[in-house]
Amino acid sequence: MSASSATAHAHDVHAGHHELGFVRTYIFSTDHKMIARQFLFMGLFMMVLGGLLALIVRWQLAWPETAVPGLSGILKETGGILEPGTYNMAFTMHATIMIFFVIMPILAGSFGNFCIPLMIGARDMAFPLLNMLSFWVTFGAGLIMLSGFFVEGGHAAAGWTSYAPLSAVPSYTGVNWGQNLWCISLFTMGIGSMMGSINYITTIINMRAPGMRLFRMPLVIWSLFITAILLLLALPVLTSGVAMLLFDRTLGTSWFRPSGGGEPLLWQHLFWYFGHPEVYILILPAMGIASEILPVFCRKPIFGYHAMAFSMIGIAFLSWIVYGHHMFVSGMSPALGMAFTVTTMIIAVPSAIKTFNWLGTLWGARIQFTVPMLNSLAFVSMFVIGGLSGIFMASTPVDIYIQDTYFIVAHIHYVVFGGSIFGAFAAIYFWFPKMFGRMTNVALGHLHFWPTFVFFNLTFFPMHIIGVGGQMRRIYNPTQYEFLQHQQHWNVFITYSAILLGISQIPFVINFFWSLFAGQKAPVNPWNSNTLEWTAPSPPPHLNWGPTLPTVYRGPYEYSSPESREDFLPQSAAPVGAPGARRH
Amino acid sequence: MLDWWLPENVSTYGRDIDWLFHLIYYITGVTFILVFVTMLAFLVMYRDRPGRKARYTHGNTTLEIVWTVVPALILVILTLLSVPAWSRIKMTMPETDFVVQVNAKQFNWQVTYPGADGKFGTADDKMLLDEMHVPVNKVVRVILKSQDVIHSFFVPQFRIKQDAVPGREIRAWFDATKPGKYEWPCAELCGFGHSGMRGWIYVHTPEEYGKWAAENLTAEAAPAAAEAKPEEPKAEPKKEGKAKK
Repeated sequence: MSASSATAHAHDVHAGHHELGFVRTYIFSTDHKMIARQFLFMGLFMMVLGGLLALIVRWQLAWPETAVPGLSGILKETGGILEPGTYNMAFTMHATIMIFFVIMPILAGSFGNFCIPLMIGARDMAFPLLNMLSFWVTFGAGLIMLSGFFVEGGHAAAGWTSYAPLSAVPSYTGVNWGQNLWCISLFTMGIGSMMGSINYITTIINMRAPGMRLFRMPLVIWSLFITAILLLLALPVLTSGVAMLLFDRTLGTSWFRPSGGGEPLLWQHLFWYFGHPEVYILILPAMGIASEILPVFCRKPIFGYHAMAFSMIGIAFLSWIVYGHHMFVSGMSPALGMAFTVTTMIIAVPSAIKTFNWLGTLWGARIQFTVPMLNSLAFVSMFVIGGLSGIFMASTPVDIYIQDTYFIVAHIHYVVFGGSIFGAFAAIYFWFPKMFGRMTNVALGHLHFWPTFVFFNLTFFPMHIIGVGGQMRRIYNPTQYEFLQHQQHWNVFITYSAILLGISQIPFVINFFWSLFAGQKAPVNPWNSNTLEWTAPSPPPHLNWGPTLPTVYRGPYEYSSPESREDFLPQSAAPVGAPGARRH
Repeated sequence: MLDWWLPENVSTYGRDIDWLFHLIYYITGVTFILVFVTMLAFLVMYRDRPGRKARYTHGNTTLEIVWTVVPALILVILTLLSVPAWSRIKMTMPETDFVVQVNAKQFNWQVTYPGADGKFGTADDKMLLDEMHVPVNKVVRVILKSQDVIHSFFVPQFRIKQDAVPGREIRAWFDATKPGKYEWPCAELCGFGHSGMRGWIYVHTPEEYGKWAAENLTAEAAPAAAEAKPEEPKAEPKKEGKAKK
């Protein structure tokens, strides 16, 4: 990849600055907006794959050991029936892909790239070349991850958490190169993510437009700033961990293998030291997106701007000292467990503050139920459920029982699907006009949102119930257990809902591609929004603005301000009596 | 359809866990209803209508302090209530003369009784596979080991879960309060045979246990017990766990 990149680069040196060739514009582009689009396409493509893997898992749980429709061509030996090893591979890869190659590329990769320069008034990222490399390294990591499906022994099958020594010794799972490629891919992705996060942090610190003080930044920029700091500090821990795991597997080291004096719990400490900040890496950008979209369609300032920013900072600090709550029954010292329960309870407070502030934003508003707004409201309400179910796990005695059950599966999906994915949909519908210069279709948007919202809940809410009933996660066949027999009908119900949830995404795909080519041309500021990206043309040209960059005079959420005749007051509109005419 | 709830609890500390579970259930349930009712009311009341003007406000410090302090207090109380139960279950080890070793492996529970001399690692140790017999109302100490990957000792009705980590000896305990036969699954992904890795724990009355021990744990009893993999009789495998309710 780097070789072809270098050739492409050499080619285009001659192309000059104004007329960039096809390759430099669409493939090896250093323009943050093109990189954002590339991350978006990559994430959406992987989402299809991750979703299909989820449906395969669900099929097996509802109708164990029956042929999965459409798989008879791939699993020829069994005629489409999943074997336990294949099943383990399916859920392992579902989670790995969704977390590392869907949510991270879309929220941090795509919207981080798109929003940061445009919303702080910069012409591009601080290091455009590094930005391009960040995408292509991540893309390479994605290809490595996909290649694992084709190697002998199958792909990684030790869970997305890849607990050692199951993951550290090939003979325990029968997976050889699949798990190695999993390690190599995540190692590569870690490098790509580091490039991105350095870029985000530098850009936000150094390249804000005149007047864009830190506390005039839109909350989505705050969220991406904090996410980038978490990425910078958390991902290297995973990167080191997967390297150590790979060494255990291939070079005979014993970091995690007790037979050679290693310590299995070391892997869990490394993994969750990364893994818990990772949860906030997945959710913080969505929180920022919701905080951005709610005021626009409430036509009123965000409630408690400073509390919102500081609660995100608080979450970022606390996220480092809560990770042990994943390990309450792992054999870690119970005294340590007690300490982690205290911090875990504390981290619920900033989340509660944010929820109440979102409600406060709705109070006395003038709510416009647009498609991005509906998705943001779904984010808020589903995040509430995900946050409340988290309190059960924070209480260590209760966690003894619900650890490793479907209650946890329900919780994580309320947070990362109900939270992050609804946040991603909200962002796509909201910024699509700016990103691609065309509006999305409203009817198709509703046709996508409502079934998704309904079937999301019908899929994941019952998982709380079967989890309370005791169903373990990651089991191949729940009907093997007598104490789970009476709730098998729920597994069937969940699978039907999941299939319908999958089908509900079709209007989104149609809408996305139809709007991309045939959507109505987007005006500069279709939502009457205040932030700077809406002062650039749709889509913004290379370097975003004409000869002069916008100047910022006020905070981002001055909706329905008495200072203005309209119900919005852009950040860059000069105050009355100040030099420079009002633009609106 | 109505048994959507926790399985029957038959252990001493299970009561503490269930009590906390229900407490959190009611707290989160009430919070959930309050938040959703408020949200829905706002969505209806403040929907965009002609002539409506949004309220221009940036926040309210008093309100914000209240909704920071109130959840914080609730969470502090929950922490204070969780800590004693946790400490009782995981940090203290009640005195007992009933000790068994459980050695987990892909994909079985290997249970060792110390035999007549009360010591492990001697010739009269008795081994069982996927099967444990204990007397009712007796503290059972489990010395948990694994010989390959991480497994997790889970008995839903006992509310016990503890990972078995290779290279470590982890002590856990339970005290079952009702005779019966309880399913004993592995709760941590341990490989392709993870699903179906399960044993049975038989809780006997003291008399029955004495009888069972005399037949199976004394020196005369054939050590073949270790080989005899208990296959459950196929007769009505369903509903048995439920029938106990």
